[in-house]
Amino acid sequence: MSMNRRTLVKAVAAGGALMGLSVLMPRAAMAAWAKEAFSASEQSAAIKALYGDDAPAESAEVILDAPDIAENGAVVPVSVSTGLANVESMSIFIENNPSPLAVQFMIPEGTQADVSTRVRMGKTTNVTAVVKADGKLYSATKEVKVTIGGCGG
Amino acid sequence: MSMTRREFARMMGLAGMAGMLPLKGHAAGRQPADLYEVPSFGNVRLLHMTDCHAQLLPIHFREPNVNLGVAGARGQAPHLVGDKLLQHFGIEPGGIEAHAFSYLDFNDAAAQYGKVGGFAHLKNLADRLRDSYGREKTLLLDGGDTWQGSGTSYKTRGMDMVKACNALGVDIMTGHWEFTYHQEEILSNIKAFNGEFLAQNVFITEDALFGSDTDYLFDDFSGRVFKPYSIRELGGVRIAVIGQAFPRTKIANPSRFIPDWSFDIHDKYLQELVDQVRAEEKVDAVVVLSHNGMDVDLAMASRVSGVDLILGGHTHDGMPAPTVVKNSGGETLVFNAGSNGKFLGTLDLDIRNGRIQDFRYRLVPVFSELLPADAGMQQLIDEIRAPHLDWLNEELAVANDLMFRRGNFNGTFDQVICDALREVGDAQISLSPGFRWGTSVLKGQMINMERVLDQTCLTYPETYVREMKGSELKLIMEDVADNLFNPEPYLQSGGDMVRVGGFDYVCEPGRQIGERISEMTLDNGERIEADKTYKVTGWATVGAQSEGPAIWDVVAEYLRDRKEAQVDKLNTPVLKGVKGNPGLADYANQVLS
Repeated sequence: MSMNRRTLVKAVAAGGALMGLSVLMPRAAMAAWAKEAFSASEQSAAIKALYGDDAPAESAEVILDAPDIAENGAVVPVSVSTGLANVESMSIFIENNPSPLAVQFMIPEGTQADVSTRVRMGKTTNVTAVVKADGKLYSATKEVKVTIGGCGG
Repeated sequence: MSMTRREFARMMGLAGMAGMLPLKGHAAGRQPADLYEVPSFGNVRLLHMTDCHAQLLPIHFREPNVNLGVAGARGQAPHLVGDKLLQHFGIEPGGIEAHAFSYLDFNDAAAQYGKVGGFAHLKNLADRLRDSYGREKTLLLDGGDTWQGSGTSYKTRGMDMVKACNALGVDIMTGHWEFTYHQEEILSNIKAFNGEFLAQNVFITEDALFGSDTDYLFDDFSGRVFKPYSIRELGGVRIAVIGQAFPRTKIANPSRFIPDWSFDIHDKYLQELVDQVRAEEKVDAVVVLSHNGMDVDLAMASRVSGVDLILGGHTHDGMPAPTVVKNSGGETLVFNAGSNGKFLGTLDLDIRNGRIQDFRYRLVPVFSELLPADAGMQQLIDEIRAPHLDWLNEELAVANDLMFRRGNFNGTFDQVICDALREVGDAQISLSPGFRWGTSVLKGQMINMERVLDQTCLTYPETYVREMKGSELKLIMEDVADNLFNPEPYLQSGGDMVRVGGFDYVCEPGRQIGERISEMTLDNGERIEADKTYKVTGWATVGAQSEGPAIWDVVAEYLRDRKEAQVDKLNTPVLKGVKGNPGLADYANQVLS
């Protein structure tokens, strides 16, 4: 079956909506809502709260894709992928945001570790992706510039 | 490294000995007796124009005396002005080419040699260069910023230029200011354009994919809005031309006009495309028609391999010879062809055995008094202008100084705009964007509405007057300075420094964001304080539409009133850390270090 991109995106969206149903479950039923990590105001504290270790090693195995300059700071596309084996989770931190931890993806066994989302940032900031694989932490960081724009020649 | 004649001779020597230079050619050819006798060479001729900004008639355009290069760009092309530029490219001072490429003695030389550009004269030159070579072996490439910049392009939403480009015979183009109309207008302009509009780096947003009106997409799967490349057979060889639109269009210009499209440099996708084209299309040469701006093109050429030529624009650098950039795949030649219809790049290529063996390049200046006007094009231009002549021709004020914009900081015409904004808006401070378009008016000439429109005509001309804190003003100044002077080209957005009225400041381009701007001081000598509030006026807001009258009406009101235009005080900054920089000459304020 050939599927064009638009159909594919729509299908993924539909799937996403189904998965969204789990949100309706009582919060108590959600096994691991990392409240402390998501509400931490410092990035190192958030990483520590999430992983128990605040210094993941920089690794070229973590592929972090984000624009050099954001077209719109309210919705900045960020993608993370890795070829590392046995990936358990992938998380994205926006250093200068009030709550730096933006998202944590749990990667079930046998799933390709390749995620993509939109994050909000009010000003120029480092974006850090942390990957947990085989019990170890790996990271990649990139600065994304947020500009007030204008004055194009 | 850009090739001077001497370097070229040295490289030819090296190449001859070691056979190591895949691309070799002459830098700026010497001026022949007839400026327009360009000898034919090789088997393919590429003609390259860019950034004409809808100037259908001949105009004056003064090149900058301030075009600072910082960090690695210091003293390198294109960051050379005046004598330094002439020396670098081996151009005789005092002649017609020196006038074309530099600001030196501009007012007198412009009076002597006359206006430049104009589509009727450009058409004559392009036809001459195509016919003498053999049309079937030529391509006319347009780097964009073609459909905006004049009163008639504003009134016709760019369609006047589509017609003029069709008559000129543009084969392929890419864009930037073309994207300052609404999406559907852009698409219908492109539909009416007889050539191909290429852009490998413009994608549909995923949000827009959910809409039902995306049938216009070039490719559903990649999400590319436009065709990324075109293969042309010329003179028995196959050439790939890839389009690269301005990557910061949604940041530098209003994103509200083009909500569904997303831009970036995307050199990863470009590399994939080059590799794919080379693997599947059996091409002999790969050309990128780019609107990145020259600094970004130079950086991109070092990061992407397999591109033979980058024909660039955006930064309006009239470079007489290409810069050679080494990368993992060999070398890429980076060209930039100036602006305002002033030049037509003429690149002859000898392509054999699957590669470019040699080339000749001349950036030919279009002096309209030396080239007859093409009758058909002139008729079209007259028809386009006829309904608007009363508006365009209104005489406003005599220029008591040479009026120009181009340069890193306030030009004289900018100062008039800033003064007009302050007076009409009754504000302490005015801000005006550092666009690189805007024509020049010689001393003593009449400034009519058309010359004001040359400086101001865009699709978001509304002005504002509002309260602003000193800290906010500083933030704006720092942000724009970083877009100009960030040492990493990919973090620059093109355009020059924001022009200011009513206050002076000190600028140190070599420092970091937050540290470049200091000592902001009102014209009355009062220091601007972070917590104090000031009345600020400006125009061309990209975020949301402003409330005030169009900028050209504000400037016209001011000029009508004064009847003479002159600069009493130029609010150009005191500079630090740029003494001896080859991108600075005859500066109108102090250079402290």
